[in-house]
Amino acid sequence: MPQEPRFQPALGTLLSAAEEIILGKRHTLKLALTAVLARGHLLIEDIPGVGKTTLAHTFARLLGLRFQRIQFTSDLLPADVLGMSIFDRESGSFRFHPGPVFAQLILADEINRATPKTQSALLEVLEEEQVTTEGTTHYLPDPFFVIATQNPITQIGTFPLPESQLDRFLLRVSIGYPDQIAERALLLGEDRRSMLERHPPVIDAETLKGAQIAAGRVHVSDRLADYLQALIRATRDDPEILIGLSPRAGLGLLSAAKAWALLEGREMVLPEDVQAVFPNVAAHRLIARDGTRHSGSALAQRVLTEVAIC
Amino acid sequence: MSKRAHRSPLLTARDGMWLVLTVATTLAPHLGNLPIWLAGVATLLLAARLFVDLHRIPAPGKILLTTMAVAITVLTGVHFGELFGRAPGLALLTAFLGLKLLEARTRRDGLAVVLLCFFMQLGQFLQSQTMNTAVFTMIGVIMATSTLARLHGVANAKGSIRLAILLALQGVPLMLVLFLLFPRIQGPLWGLPGDAFAATTGLSGSMQPGSISNLVRSGEIVFRAEFSGEAPSPRLRYWRGPVLSKFDGRTWTQSNHREAKTPFYRVSGTAYSYTMTLEPNGQRWLLALEVPIGGPDQARYSSDYQLLSERPVTSRIRYSARAYPEARTGAEATEDILQEALALPDSDNPRARRLGQNLRQRHDAPRMRITALLEQFRESALIYTLNPPLLGNNPVDEFLFDTRRGFCEHFASAFVFIARAAGVPARIVTGYQGGEQNPVDHSIVVRQSDAHAWAEVWLKGHGWVRVDPTAESSPSRIDDGIRTALAGEVDLPFVIRADFDWLQAARYRWEAANNAWNQWVLGYDPRRQRLLLNLLGLDSTDWRQLTFVIFLLSLLIVATLMRWVYARPSDCDELDRSWRKLCAILARAGVERMHNEGPLDFSRRAATLRPDLANQLEQIGSLYAFLRYGLRGPDDLQKRTTLKKLVDELGKQ
Repeated sequence: MPQEPRFQPALGTLLSAAEEIILGKRHTLKLALTAVLARGHLLIEDIPGVGKTTLAHTFARLLGLRFQRIQFTSDLLPADVLGMSIFDRESGSFRFHPGPVFAQLILADEINRATPKTQSALLEVLEEEQVTTEGTTHYLPDPFFVIATQNPITQIGTFPLPESQLDRFLLRVSIGYPDQIAERALLLGEDRRSMLERHPPVIDAETLKGAQIAAGRVHVSDRLADYLQALIRATRDDPEILIGLSPRAGLGLLSAAKAWALLEGREMVLPEDVQAVFPNVAAHRLIARDGTRHSGSALAQRVLTEVAIC
Repeated sequence: MSKRAHRSPLLTARDGMWLVLTVATTLAPHLGNLPIWLAGVATLLLAARLFVDLHRIPAPGKILLTTMAVAITVLTGVHFGELFGRAPGLALLTAFLGLKLLEARTRRDGLAVVLLCFFMQLGQFLQSQTMNTAVFTMIGVIMATSTLARLHGVANAKGSIRLAILLALQGVPLMLVLFLLFPRIQGPLWGLPGDAFAATTGLSGSMQPGSISNLVRSGEIVFRAEFSGEAPSPRLRYWRGPVLSKFDGRTWTQSNHREAKTPFYRVSGTAYSYTMTLEPNGQRWLLALEVPIGGPDQARYSSDYQLLSERPVTSRIRYSARAYPEARTGAEATEDILQEALALPDSDNPRARRLGQNLRQRHDAPRMRITALLEQFRESALIYTLNPPLLGNNPVDEFLFDTRRGFCEHFASAFVFIARAAGVPARIVTGYQGGEQNPVDHSIVVRQSDAHAWAEVWLKGHGWVRVDPTAESSPSRIDDGIRTALAGEVDLPFVIRADFDWLQAARYRWEAANNAWNQWVLGYDPRRQRLLLNLLGLDSTDWRQLTFVIFLLSLLIVATLMRWVYARPSDCDELDRSWRKLCAILARAGVERMHNEGPLDFSRRAATLRPDLANQLEQIGSLYAFLRYGLRGPDDLQKRTTLKKLVDELGKQ
């Protein structure tokens, strides 16, 4: 068996660099990188102005990925995202003009402002990683990573993502306010955007692909699978939970845990890795029986507390 | 899933060896009971399987196996004259077990072999129920269970044997409940009619030169007696068997006698009470110590003072009796008995006849004639030997005056002949004399080698008086037993020879253990069960109650075992034990692991709480995490040992 290249140092550098831009949010950044390594997509749910867009920009820059931002509005149409065929007078035929989705890293900003029709057009792409129009299939680039942001659904004029769509995001994170020290550095320091523009990419797309493959090969022992299954079963058996984790969510949980283990520099998954990603994998997928009393994160936390590691 | 995947997996060469070993341990105690050719065939089949596995050559095909099966069946049928019954059945089973072993290719076949082994082990008890058989069967059961475990995926030998022993131990309480409480039937549990009681050696109802000396060559145990107090001295230990009064010139046969439920004598004097454990001999005589009272229920007394059982003794029985050595018998003997005790064939042994007539002329009192006769015996310097020369048509004459070498049957026969010629009623009593006291449990063991024949004469006013002519020529036979009296002769059975002290000591222990086994395991009969049940406050006659108690106890045992099994995580191994030990150590130190805390989190938390142990704790945490969740590697064993050592060291601090 050939020796796997060690990705941990490169990934560590990447995280440190990102931390210089987004101050005091190491855990969130690590989760975002986990989503990248696990080939999943990230949903950031937070109030405006805490750095959602900056985070997306940071990753695009540091990973050296081709970046596209799509600002979702209520009048955005699917074709605006995917691209469309336009009649070319010179050749006398229709020619496909790829939309902004044909980039390596997409920031789908304020995804809950678009109509469900447009939302689902994008989210189907997440799953298929290809666009089919008028009988022709166009493949998306690889790597392909979507960061969607969403304002908390209590705000006016939004279309909350239905559960089936939420399930397509591997992780959901929130950024939150910076702490006092970070806030002061932000206020008095250099403009983040210009800092970022000066920063060279830390790793290239090939290294990223290699890291993704390495993440898939992290060892999962029987005992760990036992624990993973126990967690999943607990979400399904809990009387407070109406809908537990789906098999797809279980697969997601496993690949996220593997990616996290890789970030920790390990060749095997530990229960700690599963615990680190579980709230962010589970919270947006769990639905409480009475709808309002428990949030998804509270339910996920409770399951984590209840299930023993044997 | 493809069709192939449904088929049972193939056996490996190592599985094959396990099977061979299992079959070997199952059959080993059994081979002696088989016809010699079949024992050979079974051994060959085992060897063939081993050869096939070792050299990885193809096993014999269906045609060869079928031919062998048919041939063995036919041979067995010819050998036994039938195919049904205990011995031919077990012989066939043995052969087919060997054939199945040779044929076994898949795991399914392997399971069939193991199950056959279990069946065979049960079958052994049809042949013998001794302690050895039980021990052998135990080994066989453990071996078979280990193989079963192996076939179900327990890969290492130690693990599978441990599992088998554990399973056997778990079965013990259940076994005890069934053994003690299952309603007993009278008679041996494993007894079978027909050939089950074939050919046992022992006294017969007749005697001719050589019949007792042949018997003496067997070391087989006839009975054991445990005296409640002091045992009588060897001189008094005459165990009475058939009484022979009719003589045709060569063979002595039993007299006509009556039977009654009450004795034909009154007893007096010192009494010795004892418990007798009589091995089956296929005869009715109970070989009671002279002069007997007691015996099993339904015992009969005969007019020639034997104690008889109602039916031939076909299974080991146990009963208590008393002996009154000083009691007198036959004070009022009837004329026909005395006439029978005087009868002689018309014309043979002229010299002995003449000697008798001489005695009659010289002494008036019959008592004096007997004394003189014994004197004559002593003076003749007769030699007591197991290998007397062959005798011709006048055996008494030839023994007494020519060869002068004989065994007890010659002595008794010659004595009674001359006494009758001298006009004194006399008869031969056969039975056993002496017996050996086991210093371990103080029981008296009597073997076929203690078989003896002595004489009885009737004297007016005294009744029947025992006279042992052998004692005149070889007093040590009576005082010290046959092995001293015949010390030089090599024909004595090995077990009773006195040459090796250590052998004798070992034999005593072994026999004491066997005796205990017979008393407490095989001797657990309806009567003992009744006693035990009454002790427990149960009514043994009510089978419903018994069934209910058995059910309840079995349930209790199974529940206890299940609790024990399920209280622990199913796949507990050494690694888990080390980890649990660490958790226990830290819990005592005030750092309790939360049930959802991973190994690294826990060891780090513990390290912050106990900075003095931080290094060790983190090392343990990462070792455990690696061993538990990592890929298996070549140095796992070493890491395991390191982990164990670190935890142990931590425990000491």
